[in-house]
Amino acid sequence: MSSFLIHPLTLRLVSVVIAFGTWEYLGRIPISPAFPTFLETMSALWGMLMDGSMLAVYPATFQPLLIGLIISSILGIACGVFMGLNHKAEWFGAPVFIVLQSAPLAALIPLLTFAYGIGLTSKIITVCIMSMPVIVLNAYTAVRHTPTSMIEMGESYLGSYRQIIMKIIIPAASPVIYAGLRLGAAMGFIGAILAELLITPTGIGDLITYNQSIAEYDKMYAAIFSIMVFAVLFIEILERTEYIFFRPDKRVTQ
Amino acid sequence: MKIFGIQIPMMASLILWAIVWEIVGQLELSILLPPFSHILIRMVEIVPTATFMNALWITAKCFLIGTAIAIVVGIPIGVLMGRSIVIDRMLLPWVNMFLSAPLTALVPVLMTLFGFGTKTIILTTVLFAIWIIVLDARAGVKNITPSLVDMTKSFQANFWQAFTKVYVWAAMPEILAGIRLGCIRSIKGVIIGQLLVSVVGFGRLFELYSANFLMEHMWALLFVLFFFAFLIAEGLGVLERKFEYYAASRN
Amino acid sequence: MSAAAEAVSNTTPIAVEVDQVTKIYPGGVEALNDMTIQFPKGELTSLLGPSGCGKTTLLKIIAGLLKPTSGTVKVNGVDVTGPGKERAFVFQDFALMPWASVIRNAAFGLELQGMNKTEREAIAGKYIDIVGLKGYENLYPHELSGGMRQRVGLARALAVNAEVLLMDEPFSAVDEQTRRKFQEDILEVVDDEQKTFIFVTHSIEEAVYVSQSIALLLPRPSRVSEIIRPDIRRDISPDAIRRDPVYLDIVERIWQGLRTYVE
Repeated sequence: MSSFLIHPLTLRLVSVVIAFGTWEYLGRIPISPAFPTFLETMSALWGMLMDGSMLAVYPATFQPLLIGLIISSILGIACGVFMGLNHKAEWFGAPVFIVLQSAPLAALIPLLTFAYGIGLTSKIITVCIMSMPVIVLNAYTAVRHTPTSMIEMGESYLGSYRQIIMKIIIPAASPVIYAGLRLGAAMGFIGAILAELLITPTGIGDLITYNQSIAEYDKMYAAIFSIMVFAVLFIEILERTEYIFFRPDKRVTQ
Repeated sequence: MKIFGIQIPMMASLILWAIVWEIVGQLELSILLPPFSHILIRMVEIVPTATFMNALWITAKCFLIGTAIAIVVGIPIGVLMGRSIVIDRMLLPWVNMFLSAPLTALVPVLMTLFGFGTKTIILTTVLFAIWIIVLDARAGVKNITPSLVDMTKSFQANFWQAFTKVYVWAAMPEILAGIRLGCIRSIKGVIIGQLLVSVVGFGRLFELYSANFLMEHMWALLFVLFFFAFLIAEGLGVLERKFEYYAASRN
Repeated sequence: MSAAAEAVSNTTPIAVEVDQVTKIYPGGVEALNDMTIQFPKGELTSLLGPSGCGKTTLLKIIAGLLKPTSGTVKVNGVDVTGPGKERAFVFQDFALMPWASVIRNAAFGLELQGMNKTEREAIAGKYIDIVGLKGYENLYPHELSGGMRQRVGLARALAVNAEVLLMDEPFSAVDEQTRRKFQEDILEVVDDEQKTFIFVTHSIEEAVYVSQSIALLLPRPSRVSEIIRPDIRRDISPDAIRRDPVYLDIVERIWQGLRTYVE
């Protein structure tokens, strides 16, 4: 019985119940007129799903997000791998990305609006600049840290340069590259939402700010809840697809 | 990289980039990029001004308070999670979730609840920083080798002694790594908070500059911010490295 | 040097010839200085010595993974300029690809040479059987013990059918019991395969047990101090060999010779 009580799934359920229960309670006190209860938020969520208003806005959020993420991933991994393999590229590129990674890149958004206006381009670029540094740095570190003995093994069995990169370095680097993609995706989501809150409200950002301005807090919270859930699911799915492409051994590990 | 056989440090490539920037700016290739030298001049101009100093003061205040709260609250939670399986299983899914969730989406919530002031910004900072601090503190505690625990028991140390003399130091490398990453995130949080709240601190300055199309001023402000962010991150990195020497050999 | 030449029988052909090889690493560390040594064909020769005597460096130079600062290495009369098909390397830390199955790892040398999948997996499968891992073909390295992983490394080296097998402390990363079993098994493989084995080890017992010839290397400057041909009976059981007075004498003699060089 006690093993059931402390089983991970039971406790997860318990924590979810406590979390949402606390939310409900705080909403009922209420701690603020602007704080809807959990149930109010959920019913608003349901309502918005049903009347299509939520599904209608998501494409506007996803367009810059997906385009931006695809660009950052491809460009980012390519840059990172290149920097990992080539010393000159490393010398030119690594310091830039290291500085960018600790920099609060969100501060660049006003600049982007300035140069590219308030349309799709600025939003795509926002997603790109937020997600690229971590993707590049992860790919670069992963390639640099390929175990020497494995590369020597490839050389000793007469692997060509290309063979060693494709068959040894990239698969060895893929877990860290993937971790970079996950972090990049998380930053991309932040970028997309920031873009919508700062540049022009479209998509989910629009739902949030509009409902905030007309004091429909349950709908506002519902919109926020939905994007949070979505982001988490997206990143979770990304994590699970790693073994399909590069690391079948991870599927075996539980 | 070597020129004429002399090894040039990597950071020197930034100087090269600065030169490229200067050329691009002088040639007026993009409205986005004024000459590097002009930006440097502006930096010297704006930093001593009252508005800038005020904004810096607000930012620093929010950053320090926010990060301090994140550390003081986050480390004990992480330690608890590392020591208790029940608490760990209850809290870990949430910590992992918030680590990668777009916390920016929560800032409007904070704004409606706490208004348009520094309180919101401080809370944004805490929100951004706390999860990684919790996670790394937890990792640090979990990494304490059982034999070390047995050793403290065998010498009959009481809980407080064990905690302060052994456990804290054993977990210190991970805790410091968490604090460093937490600081990087709280800098982002403090900036994002100000951008969204936009009537205080740097957010207000950015609004001001963009409304008046002052590109050079915007870049100057950015450089100063980036510079401080980099300094803090590197400073913490140095501190972390001081503990690194025993990190690998603990097991 | 002439003692070394004498110890090798004049009629045995030489597989690998190392001639006045010096290796100085960038930074000034001198790993090898004017090293000259010959390895007879079809035999297992050990390079035995304390750490710092350059044995792994020498092995990697023979393998073509490192370039000597001066001096030449010839394999079957041909100068070594890099890795080659006639040499295969067995790594101390196994160097298996964790994302590939046992059979793919074993066939990897053939894969890099461009052989098609069916052919190479057939060959690799044969050697997986020889090293005693039949049935484990589709498992991944993390599912195997250290000893089993090294067997995969050995199968991979055997599968490319090289004439010279270079083994860099191949049994040092496994536990003692597995190590003893390996030593017994390697004797069988040496018998069956008719290849030249060059074996780096720092264990005296191991060297005496498995080798037909032991080159004692000493550091600073790194040199061959002696070549020993352990004259022990191989027709008795493995445990009996380890108790044989001749075996024990040779081990003791070598130990006394190396004592002063152990840090």
